[in-house]
Amino acid sequence: MKHMPKFLMSAAMVVTMATSFSAVQAATPPDTLVQAWTIDDIISLDPAEIFEFTASEIAGNTYERLINYDYKDVSKIYGEVAESWTVSPDGKTFTFKIRPNKKFASGNPLTAEDVAFSLQRAVLLDKSPAFILGQFGLTKDNVKDKIKASGNDVTVELDKAYAPTFVLYCMTSTVASVVDKKLVMQNEKDGDLGYGWLKTHYAGSGPFSIRDWKANEVVVLERNPHFEKKTPLARVIYRHIKETATQRLLLEKGDVDVARNLNPEELKALSTNTDIKVASGPKGGVWYLGLNQKNPNLAKPEVRQALKYLVDYSAIADTIMKNQAEVHQAFLPKGFLGAINENQYKLDVAKAKELLAKAGLKDGFTVTMDTRSTADTTGMAQAIQQTFAQAGVKLEIIPGDGKQTLTKYRARQHDIYIGRWGPDYQDPNTNADTFAANDDNSDGAKAKPLAWRNAWDPGPLTTQTRAAVLEKDAEKRAAMYKDLQQAVLDNGPFVIMLQEIEVMASRKNVDGIVIGPSFDTNSVAQAKKN
Amino acid sequence: MIRGGGHAGALRFLLTKTVKFILVLATTLLGLIAVTFFIGRVVPIDPVLAIVGDRAPPHVYERARQELGLDRPLAEQFVIYVKKAVTGDFGNSVLTTNPVMTDIMNTFPATLELATLGTLIGVFVGVPLGVLAAVRRGSWIDQLVRLLGLVGYSVPIFWLGLMGLLLFYAKLGWVEGPGRLDVTYSYLYTPVTGVVLIDTLMQGQMDAFWNAVSHVALPACLLGYFSLAYISRMTRSFMLNELAQEYVIAARVKGLSEIRVIWRHALRNAAVPLVTVIALSYANLLEGSVLTETVFAWPGLGQYITNSLQNADMNAVLGGTLIIGTVFVLLNLLSDLLYHLLDPRTRR
Repeated sequence: MKHMPKFLMSAAMVVTMATSFSAVQAATPPDTLVQAWTIDDIISLDPAEIFEFTASEIAGNTYERLINYDYKDVSKIYGEVAESWTVSPDGKTFTFKIRPNKKFASGNPLTAEDVAFSLQRAVLLDKSPAFILGQFGLTKDNVKDKIKASGNDVTVELDKAYAPTFVLYCMTSTVASVVDKKLVMQNEKDGDLGYGWLKTHYAGSGPFSIRDWKANEVVVLERNPHFEKKTPLARVIYRHIKETATQRLLLEKGDVDVARNLNPEELKALSTNTDIKVASGPKGGVWYLGLNQKNPNLAKPEVRQALKYLVDYSAIADTIMKNQAEVHQAFLPKGFLGAINENQYKLDVAKAKELLAKAGLKDGFTVTMDTRSTADTTGMAQAIQQTFAQAGVKLEIIPGDGKQTLTKYRARQHDIYIGRWGPDYQDPNTNADTFAANDDNSDGAKAKPLAWRNAWDPGPLTTQTRAAVLEKDAEKRAAMYKDLQQAVLDNGPFVIMLQEIEVMASRKNVDGIVIGPSFDTNSVAQAKKN
Repeated sequence: MIRGGGHAGALRFLLTKTVKFILVLATTLLGLIAVTFFIGRVVPIDPVLAIVGDRAPPHVYERARQELGLDRPLAEQFVIYVKKAVTGDFGNSVLTTNPVMTDIMNTFPATLELATLGTLIGVFVGVPLGVLAAVRRGSWIDQLVRLLGLVGYSVPIFWLGLMGLLLFYAKLGWVEGPGRLDVTYSYLYTPVTGVVLIDTLMQGQMDAFWNAVSHVALPACLLGYFSLAYISRMTRSFMLNELAQEYVIAARVKGLSEIRVIWRHALRNAAVPLVTVIALSYANLLEGSVLTETVFAWPGLGQYITNSLQNADMNAVLGGTLIIGTVFVLLNLLSDLLYHLLDPRTRR
């Protein structure tokens, strides 16, 4: 060693160091699931405020709601915190019996008092998702009288006799999660019902508890020791990895167990790797074009129909949106009560030309489309541009940032808008209310449903939508939504194209992750690593 | 040292310098606030959407708008903002809900760590390379440095980053992957300075320290390469300039060794403009290299500001801009001071 030149020594040191790094670098710990995901949309961890994809999923794994549904068959509704429920003869009062002997992660007992408090709190705080409960006539002023706890029961009094399915589906939303009253109120400040604290903390009873959230960096979940069915994993970690190529590298290397945001090319490249498997499931989001009825050309019914014949649905689903979406044309996504799953439109240039000629536009026309400049949206826009051109419709794509195109859309200043719409809760009313109803089509209207944004007055469809939430018979109710969807398919200003699919690529030893139908139903409660 | 003589002169010099500095800082920052503020209000993005989302009912939307003060006249909004900013209150970030100052304190150390290492590599490799290239002008070394510089300057940094990851992390396994630390080590230490390397070292968590070193190595080398490409080119041209001066000939005539002529005399004089180049390159890295941070999942200032910008989170953008502005002014001051040390002529 004495005679070894200095630089050789240091070179040897560097090599040893480098190899010892790779020795340390084992796979992720066996009791910990690490997911690479884009989590920069989280703005709050308070279930009364959560309305974003990522935070919804985290709430779904850490909080329990009164009611839930079978993730494989949405029509099967069951009690989660509620053991059973009854509806009064006039249909206006729901009584939920709370399961005995339940505990929060803090160790505090979960009682009817906590349930009533949680629902009241969501209405009183009045954050974005509070309208889901507000639909039943619950307001800040009356909520303390309308929602009451007595013994093991919680009663909720509604202003009308709504369809029971409507009420129950709404109760499965994140906003109806049960929070730990005692813990939350210990952290109350200036009568904020613990809002300032719960935004970054946790007070639930779900399979996991939230241990840590660092914005744009990481969310750490830890097993809740008081949960009845012990989770196989001790920890679940969501790492914020924005770059999808980086997600892929981490997954292949084994430094993460699941990659959530891979694009079609990356998924294709992974298909040859035997250590990786890919799972997918349909989600509630739909991709659509909104045709502004303020544009005189788009306001013609023949033009609206012609454009529906000018999209190559299957080509888009098979290429640009492969593994991310499938063709779906009705406004209710597959998995919802009453959804129409047959697709009546396909690319038919001759038919479109015929319709355009009928509208007096046989040479076509020029129109703009506001397009969010992300790879998938731009790709779809370009595909549509090509097929539109085949019938002489010249489409000019106006690229923009997401928030920018949305601001313009909400001000009704677009011609065509290409975008994505996700349901707010698991009841068909959520999409009917926005695609098929518009109470006030004036420029100054307060509510801005999609029909309004495209300046469309759906006429009798608005009344039909309002009637459908009151229909008690589930079958009749489903039929009403079928009619609404058909009317929008035939005549509405929406070219609905695709339904979203969520894809997860994971290491082969990962098992038991459930990809549910909505964003808050991706469950890791029974996930494990073999 | 200072001409004009005595303590009084030195004091006066220091005083005028300080006053001048504060004035420069204040006007720069005020200008920055004004420009950023008005751009932020003019862009066709609705900041309320970032808070309440697209689905919020009208009354929730309206309330959030009022809470942001967006219903008031623009001039009034500006005055309110400046008043608060003077006391160090930049408001809360919409996206993270933390005070902007807290967010910056969380993200800036990550950027600082990366930028400092990158600049150190840039200086300690770039300057000698530049000197060699100048001395052996036209030789293979010169050509090699030129090629290195060209590649470093023209290849997109995110591509180099991905390729680096692919080679050194995925294939060879020499370094750790993206992120600052393995999850296993994340909770072994308590953040004090926010610079993981320093924190882990101070708390004696050697495993975590080496893990952090292995994580930072690749992105730091990448930024280092980027900055050395620039620094070596500039060093070469400054050195060529100096080597053509008469004092160099004089030194050689006096019989000084070539090493002494080049490294002690010529480089010392070339160092004066070089300091500015290095300071600016450091400031650029401190601004946060968004692409590098994105590829390496590095939770730094660049990602923070970009993400805020995309969501019209103006409080965060303004706060971030001010910090970067301050960094630029401070580094300028620092290079001014170094000038004084290096070049006696500027002390007048």
